[in-house]
Amino acid sequence: MSTASLRLDEIAITHGGHPLIDVSASVAPGEILTLMGPSGVGKSTLLAHIAGFLPVGFRASGRVLLGETDLGLLPPERRRLGLLFQDPLLFPHLDVGGNLAFGMPPGGSRRQRRDEVNMALDDIGLAGFAERDPGTLSGGQRARVALMRVLLAQPHAMLLDEPFSKLDTALRDEMRRLVFERIRRDGLPTLMVTHDRADAETAGGPIIEL
Amino acid sequence: MPYFVTGIRVVPVITLALLILPVLLGLAGVVAPAFGWHPALGGEAWTLVHWQALGNTTGLDDMIRLSLFTGLASALATFGIVALCLATFLETRAFGTIRRLLSPLLAVPHAAAAIGLAFLLTPSGLASRLVSPWLSGWSHPPDYLFPGDEAGLALTLGLTLKEIPFLLLMSLAALPQCRAGERLMMARSLGYGRINGFLKGVMPALYPLIRLPLYAIIVFATANIEVAMILGPSTPPPLAVAVVRWLGDPDLTMRFQAAAGALLQIGVTAGALLIWWLGERLVSRLGAGWLRDGHRRRGERLGRGLGTLMTWLAIGVLVAALAGLILWSLAGYWPFPDAWPAPLTLHAWQQATMGIGGPLSNTVTIGLAATGIALVLTLGCLEAETHRRRPLSAGAQLILYLPLLVPQVAFLQGLVQWQAQVGLNAGWPAVTLGHALFVLPYTFLSLAESYRRQDPRWRQVAATLGASPASVFLRIRLPMLAAPILVAGAVGFAVSIGQYLPTLLLGAGRLTTLTTEAVNLASGGDRRLTAVYALYQLALPALGFALATTLPRLWWRHRRQMLSGDAA
Repeated sequence: MSTASLRLDEIAITHGGHPLIDVSASVAPGEILTLMGPSGVGKSTLLAHIAGFLPVGFRASGRVLLGETDLGLLPPERRRLGLLFQDPLLFPHLDVGGNLAFGMPPGGSRRQRRDEVNMALDDIGLAGFAERDPGTLSGGQRARVALMRVLLAQPHAMLLDEPFSKLDTALRDEMRRLVFERIRRDGLPTLMVTHDRADAETAGGPIIEL
Repeated sequence: MPYFVTGIRVVPVITLALLILPVLLGLAGVVAPAFGWHPALGGEAWTLVHWQALGNTTGLDDMIRLSLFTGLASALATFGIVALCLATFLETRAFGTIRRLLSPLLAVPHAAAAIGLAFLLTPSGLASRLVSPWLSGWSHPPDYLFPGDEAGLALTLGLTLKEIPFLLLMSLAALPQCRAGERLMMARSLGYGRINGFLKGVMPALYPLIRLPLYAIIVFATANIEVAMILGPSTPPPLAVAVVRWLGDPDLTMRFQAAAGALLQIGVTAGALLIWWLGERLVSRLGAGWLRDGHRRRGERLGRGLGTLMTWLAIGVLVAALAGLILWSLAGYWPFPDAWPAPLTLHAWQQATMGIGGPLSNTVTIGLAATGIALVLTLGCLEAETHRRRPLSAGAQLILYLPLLVPQVAFLQGLVQWQAQVGLNAGWPAVTLGHALFVLPYTFLSLAESYRRQDPRWRQVAATLGASPASVFLRIRLPMLAAPILVAGAVGFAVSIGQYLPTLLLGAGRLTTLTTEAVNLASGGDRRLTAVYALYQLALPALGFALATTLPRLWWRHRRQMLSGDAA
């Protein structure tokens, strides 16, 4: 798996001339760096910038490096960053299997791809769910499918944008454990934005207060 | 695939060029002949004789007066009724019903609505039959001239009825933008009645948003052909109808006069817009004090009464007109004053099957092709906005509505003059492109909101999963927006079916569609056959809308969120 670390090299984001964020950091493979701070401070804007979606009206300077690659030179679809939002955002026009297959790199026969989808579903305790409508899943099931969809795309780093804030308490612990375990297992450098101090504590990595 | 992004960014440029060029070329093509220059017709010297001939036309004053009066009166009546309807019913339970009744009426082609109205109000029509002889005492059809009255009242009525659904739907789209619900709630909690609250609290913000559609209504109403041919007076007719007659005159020199007439029509339409604009100034000047006078319930009951009456009357007349068409199409012998045709017969329908094949297939193929072109360009423009990360500029948006803001008869005629000059073939491709010109603004209007409002995170998720821009467009955006795209297609198809003048002029009169046939039949005497054609003309858009609403339901029957609207 990935062994490159994710580096934010003097990233500065401004909005209409006002400085918002100024940050330098390095995240090792398997490490989870937590960004905390009040809303409106621009945490999600930072993640959007790293993923390549800086909203209109914002300007950013500095470099985002994954290993030796300058991500700023690549379009979003070639940055290989796994992005998890607080909503699972499963494509409503595809079934569960279709959502997972959307994340998988192309190649392989139809059958191989189907087998891979089924194995992935088995892996998150949702065996036999391939043909289900995502609209019929529970909140926890959707969150797991969303995570698996991201992992199947074989990302080189993860960006988590308050990924657990919409889950209820019991589910939240379970999802935290699942997500963090996968991140460590795959050795993915991870940036997490959150309001919830428990998220940061469970992640066990460094914390930056913005 | 960078080709996709490069390619898609060119689409707005192509689209705007496709919209501007025909209009400009058309206008140029009408200016030169108006001043005598048209070598193909033997005009090789600049002259003003055609303007003199136009000036000497008997009844020219009446033609201009008719165009101005019917255009402005119908626009004013439409605006008044829609404003009162919204003020009376907004945020009430009845509003949902009104909306469901009026929305499909938008798809009724102008010609079909006008024919239905004519059959309803004519001396031997359904309306006079219903009150005869028990109330009116008529045992023979009474002797009044309506429709076709000299003042143009029938024409005004027809235009008003047909424009009400259009303006209402435009307003409904604009209401959320000006936060009408909150404004109304605020006004009412301050003690304002429903009517006063709406007119003082919502209308000042709503009006600027529906100004462009209103201008389009004025342009259409001052220069329309088919409604005026069916409901308007004939000697003299409104100016635009006269211009079309001159164009069709066997004497080719009349073409020069038609060109001059087309320029005059532009002047008349511009004059109507100017009068309306001055009216706007006046109202905003006079209304400023009224907005602040603090009266909360003045005229409340009158307003509500009028709003209720007008709304239901408009719906009632439209529905009765359409129901009347069905009766006429099934009527055999139907003596006055019977309100119901005694033996119902399918004779007219059988008679129609003989000649309807050609017009029907022309209508459908032109409609599908024009809608296809318009949809591709609309989607391209909207997707380009995503990649340019800003919406089309205000100027570009105005250009999208350009074909609706210039009188059809003016620039279409210019295009025909070019056809003659350059020797281009009139026929199916020219007509289809002509239709696409008028379909495009509607597909864009219909689709833009849902396309722009789609949550950007859907495409962000897809992109981070490695999907290229082309793949995001084809695999995420198009399927997720399938329902609004189909509705936009149905709107476009309905607009194409309703087109009369582009078919007539660009097809050189040789290409017949349901609409041209229905308008031709309407001037003849066979009401039964006319009714059948009008009903066919009406059934096609209805079928389009039925498909557009049921297909996604079938398609996504196992996709709960696609049906609940979460995708848009």
